[in-house]
Amino acid sequence: MRFLALIYTDPALAPPMSDSMNAAYFALNQRMQAAGVMVSGLALQPVGTARSVRLRDGKAEVMDGPFAETREHLGGYYLIDCADQDEALAWAAQIPGAAHGTVEVRPIVVFG
Amino acid sequence: MADRGPAAACLDAVLRQDRGRCLAALVARIGDFPRAEEALQEAAASALVHWARLGPPAHPQAWLIRAGLRKAIDAYRRETALARHRAAIGRLALQEAALDAEPDQAGQIPDDRLRLIFTCCHPALEQKTRVALTLRSLCGLTTAQVAAVFLDAETTMGQRLSRARAKIAAAGIPFAVPGPEDWPARLNSVLTVIYLVFTAGYAAGPAAGRDLCDEAVFLARMLRALRPGDAEIDACLALLLLTQARRAARTGPDGATVPPQLQDRTLWDAAMIAEARALLAPPAPEAPFRLKAGIAACHLAQPPDWARMAALQARLLAFEDTPVTRLSHAVALGEAEGAEAALAALAPLAADLRAYQPFHAAAAEFLARAGEITAARAAYAQAIALAASPADAAFLRARASDLPDDSQPRKKEGRAEARPKSNREV
Repeated sequence: MRFLALIYTDPALAPPMSDSMNAAYFALNQRMQAAGVMVSGLALQPVGTARSVRLRDGKAEVMDGPFAETREHLGGYYLIDCADQDEALAWAAQIPGAAHGTVEVRPIVVFG
Repeated sequence: MADRGPAAACLDAVLRQDRGRCLAALVARIGDFPRAEEALQEAAASALVHWARLGPPAHPQAWLIRAGLRKAIDAYRRETALARHRAAIGRLALQEAALDAEPDQAGQIPDDRLRLIFTCCHPALEQKTRVALTLRSLCGLTTAQVAAVFLDAETTMGQRLSRARAKIAAAGIPFAVPGPEDWPARLNSVLTVIYLVFTAGYAAGPAAGRDLCDEAVFLARMLRALRPGDAEIDACLALLLLTQARRAARTGPDGATVPPQLQDRTLWDAAMIAEARALLAPPAPEAPFRLKAGIAACHLAQPPDWARMAALQARLLAFEDTPVTRLSHAVALGEAEGAEAALAALAPLAADLRAYQPFHAAAAEFLARAGEITAARAAYAQAIALAASPADAAFLRARASDLPDDSQPRKKEGRAEARPKSNREV
């Protein structure tokens, strides 16, 4: 079954993006691909680039900033295909962001 | 239930003894916990009809598993014709053919209960849910019996159980025995559930026709048979046996708790104690249940080996640093080293344990020994207000009335050897 691993980090605590951080993510991608679990994974631009929109009374309201005012922000994700939750959590724990932020693991709903 | 006929009696007996085995076999084949549970319930309903007409089959467990598999196929067929349901029907039909190819022997069905207990005790489920699901799935208690254990309404418990099964399916909680990396932590979660089942039975006595102490011993023996040679499983079984062995002696004629060192030893079950000692004889790595069993064994000595008990409690804190473990450590420390040591260890626990009767009872006893009579009286009053049974309240009241007058300070530790200070086992 497929799981989404959402990487939340606190920009104030996260180490700046560096070559060694990039190398750690690259190495994880390779391990996930070799194990056949990686479906996709993307990193997001910093939360300062976020704009949010909602439709109220048919009118779009656009706000600067993220949906929720929290300390930790969504920074990226992995979509992985694993046998079960234990395996998904074992992979999520290897995401470099887990070392300073939190990785939330959610199963994907299967329709039909 | 005897008037329901031999078919019902046979079904009751099979479900009581082997419900876990049948359910585990169905979860393994169907791959979906809620569907497997429903399939087994439907199979049991058909069994009543068929067995009443034709007599119980030679191998009722195999009959139930096969019927359950067919019920699961029927359930997929009844639902909308989704592509993945068609795939599931094809897969289950292969499973059914494989069962048909096997000789009709219950003993040939692989035992999947080890996987089932690790699913039921998975840390993604709430502790109470783990206990309830284990009782329902592996011990074969009915939902009503599980509800009685928690003093819940049957419908409330039924909802909790079905939400748990749905979560297992939706969250991808594995139906698998954990690998070596996760084994110690996950095994501890399973053994903790078994111990909670035991303590629930120990506190309540036989309820709703099922003795939970026996169920816990059954689960520990089952684990041991399925994974022989694991020292923590052996230690858990030993801990249960050491406690169970003293069960007949633990309450006096008035129903009040009798501390181990005052118990009538002729009431102890010598065979159980011997079995527990044999389980603990081989050397084993330090682990929580090994330490707990070691602590329980200290109670067998006369007088109890308090110094060793305090040392084992201190080592247990490295695994389980909880206020209740600290309380047990403080009591053993007080017995080994004196009231001052106990009171120093108890002081930081006051906030966390203010609603916990054994904390106030222990504090009262050590305050009394230290000569702090007014404070001891207040602590007894708190303990009595929180006592779980009238007999325990009476025990505490008797201890409180033994206190000397506040106006006549007595020698510190004056009566330490005369009476035990607490009615609680450490």
